[in-house]
Formats: sequence, C-alpha cells, structure tokens
Amino acid sequence: MKGVSSLVRTAVGKKALMAVSGLVLFGFVLVHMAGNLKLYQGAEKLNAYGEFLREVGAPVLAHGQALWIFRAVLLLAVGVHLWAAATLTLQSRAARPVGYRVATTVQASYASRTMRWGGVIVLLYVLFHLADLTLGWANPAFQAGKPYENLVASFTNPWVAGLYLVANVTLGFHLFHGLWSLFQSLGWNNPKFNPWRRRFATAFAWIVTLGNVSFPVSVLMGWVQ
Amino acid sequence: MSDHAIHLQLHVWRQSGPRASGRFVTYEARDISPEMSFLEMLDVVNERLTAKGEEPIAFDHDCREGICGTCGFVINGVAHGGQKGSTVCQLHMRHFRDGDELTLEPWRARAFPVVRDLMVDRSAFDRIIQAGGFVSVNTGSAPDGNALLVPKVDADVAMDAAQCIGCGACVAQCPNGAAQLFTAAKISHLAQLPQGQPERYQRAQAMVAQIETEAFGSCTNYGECEAVCPKGISIDFIAMLNRDFLKAAVRVEREARVAGGSG
Repeated sequence: MKGVSSLVRTAVGKKALMAVSGLVLFGFVLVHMAGNLKLYQGAEKLNAYGEFLREVGAPVLAHGQALWIFRAVLLLAVGVHLWAAATLTLQSRAARPVGYRVATTVQASYASRTMRWGGVIVLLYVLFHLADLTLGWANPAFQAGKPYENLVASFTNPWVAGLYLVANVTLGFHLFHGLWSLFQSLGWNNPKFNPWRRRFATAFAWIVTLGNVSFPVSVLMGWVQ
Repeated sequence: MSDHAIHLQLHVWRQSGPRASGRFVTYEARDISPEMSFLEMLDVVNERLTAKGEEPIAFDHDCREGICGTCGFVINGVAHGGQKGSTVCQLHMRHFRDGDELTLEPWRARAFPVVRDLMVDRSAFDRIIQAGGFVSVNTGSAPDGNALLVPKVDADVAMDAAQCIGCGACVAQCPNGAAQLFTAAKISHLAQLPQGQPERYQRAQAMVAQIETEAFGSCTNYGECEAVCPKGISIDFIAMLNRDFLKAAVRVEREARVAGGSG
C-alpha cells in the first residue's frame, strides 16, 4: 500500500481526508455565522449581503457562478467527510464483533462519544435548513431573495426555532471534538503548541455555537422582527 | 489475615477454545487477603476449582512485575482494572471492597481471538512489528560508543515510546478496537533515533498497512487508550504516527521514482 492511494485505502489516510474536509466545512460554518450577524443590522443589510454572495466574482463570473463554485467545494467536502465517516465507522464496528458486557468510559469526552450520531443529526438538520431557508420548501412564507424576512418568518415558529437551537448545540459539540481531533489526524503535534489545540477547538466551538444560537433566540424574544 | 479478608463475586468469561461459544460463569471468591495481587486472587480461586475437579480459569501471565506485557483482561469494563499506570498483576486486592461484584472479560477485538477464557491471541501485534518495527543493521564489529550522537530530548521521547510492553490494553479499551497507540509507540521510538531514519517512511507505510490487514478499527481520538496504558504512553505519539504516514504517502512515491524501486 504505497503512495497517495494509501490515503483512501487506510484508516489513517481516511482520517486525514476527514480532517481536511472537516476544516473546509468549519471554515464554511464560521463564515456563514459571521455573515448572518448582519441580521442585527436590519433587513436591508442582510438582504444586500445575500445578493452580494451572488455577485461575487463579477464581472469575470456571471451572476451566481461564484456561489455555485463554493457550493461545489462544500458538496465535495461533505461527500468526502460522509464517505470517510461511514467507512471508518463500519471498519471500527467490524473490529469488535463481540462487545463487553460491562462497558465503561474512562476519559473520552461526551463530544467525542457523540461524533457519529451528532454528525447524522447535523446532516439531517442541514437538509431541513436548505429546505427551509434556501429552497423554501419547508417555509410557507418563503420569498426568493429575502433572507431576512424568511428567517424571521421561520424562527417565529417556536418548533422550528427549537430545532435550530438543538441542532446548533449538537454542531457545537461536533466542532469541539473535530477541531481538536483534526490536529491529531493531520499529525500537527508539538509540545510548544499542543495546549493551544484544545483552546482553539473550545474557542471556535463556542463562537460558532453562540452566534448561531443567537439568531433563533433573538427572533423568539422579539429583538429581531 | 482472615480479619480483613474480603469476599468477592466474580462473573468470569469462560470459553473452552477459540471456536467454542463462551458464557459468563459466577464464582464466589471467599477469604481473599487484601495483600494479594489480582492474579494471586485468581490463583486461589483456581486452586479451589481444581480441588473440586473443575477446570481452572485460564489467564495470561508471566513476570507478575508489571513489565512483560503478558497479563491483562478487562475488569468491570476497564482494561487492567483501572489503577493508573499498572498492569493487572500489579493491581492489589486492597483496592477492592468486601462484597464487590467484578465482571472479568478478555480483550475484545476481532484481531485478538480468544484462545481460552481470559487469554487472547495477540500475534497480530507481532505481525505489525514484523512489517516494519525494526531497524536493519549489518552485523560486524560493535560501533564505537558515542559514534552516533543522540540529543537528550530525543532519547527521552524515544524512551517514553519504547516503554510499550505490547499488552494490548489500548486495543481492548478503544471503543473502535484500534491499534493506533501500540503502532504509534513502536513507530515513534525508532523515528526519534538516528538508527531509525533510513527506513522511517517505509516503516510507517508498512506498519499502518498491517493494521488494516489485521482488521483493527479506526482511531477517533477518544483518548481511552492512553488512560489505561500501564506505561502511560501519550496519544501525542499517534499524531507522530499520522505525520510520518502522511509524509510517507508523498515521499515513498518520490523515492520509488528516483531509485526505480520502492527501496
């Protein structure tokens, strides 16, 4: 098992691909959260930002082309992440055909133990989120090109807002373990910066989660209308 | 002695052979001295079983000093019983209380088939070592002392990794049944030293490939392995393994092109 092909054929290689695709997806959720902070500047700014995302790259690229390039990269990252997670999970299940009668966790964090199902929950939530605020299928009041109005209409329903809250806390746990774990998987280990790996993961998991959770909370509390 | 003797209830995995189906059998371990080691307690239980004409509980053991890596099984879900930095032979009965109920299970992994009761076959580890956990040396006259200088820090890190006794607790405790900590320790102790450099990247590739062949699981950085490692080997070594393996993915191909072979 030699060369670059060993990256897709060994667990260690797949973990590296999982880390790189996870880093891309982390970059996305961070920018996505930061962009949505325009919610607090009012409808005009947020809707203008939505339009800007379609105009990026002009005049070289046509309307919406840059957005589709980003989407293609994200889809690829999601595909790689899911493929690696699914195959590695099956490999690990197969590695212990007979389990323990008494199973004890010594020090593994809650976040690390919920990576797989947490990831599935986040995936299902992302599908709903796309149907809700990108495609509008799940949002009766959906108007194309009006993200501010769509978001407020959606989060006014406490069930939908609650779903966003739960899903984003789940994403926070996923990030907390993933952002630390990727340093291990990519072999970025050095006594000089090792303590910062955990701090980095903790800080960004909090930043993304607090930002995302604030949106449905603000609508529910009537701060954003 | 009987003043502080304790009484335990043991649920032990009994399996007569590799192909036999196993089951838990409950034994009463009466009048156990707190001064005994866990294995001595099992010796007492076994003597009584033998006297009754029953088959004794089979378990692996050798040095009983915590340095050979032969013993080991899971007590109440924790490999080696949960005393930090120790093997089960160095776990003493004073850590248990009268009336405790203990479940004893063998290491559970597809790569470690049960031989009998609490004994498993760990030759998968030997094959990982055979794949690359060595340095090739041309024999001849002994090299001069200090002909190869090793910085103190490198020697220390190499020794931290080289402490691995290959007991298999890391695999047993890992929820994924992964052999990462063992392989990482073996790769890293050679990668720290000058003698390990010539074969460094082939070694990483070959040993990681062998993990796959042996059907171990995939590391997800739970950290359970380092928690039960009797030698306290850190998962930092797993990151080193990953780095060497990823570098090798690029390097070995380059070497193959230069040398016209895989070297």
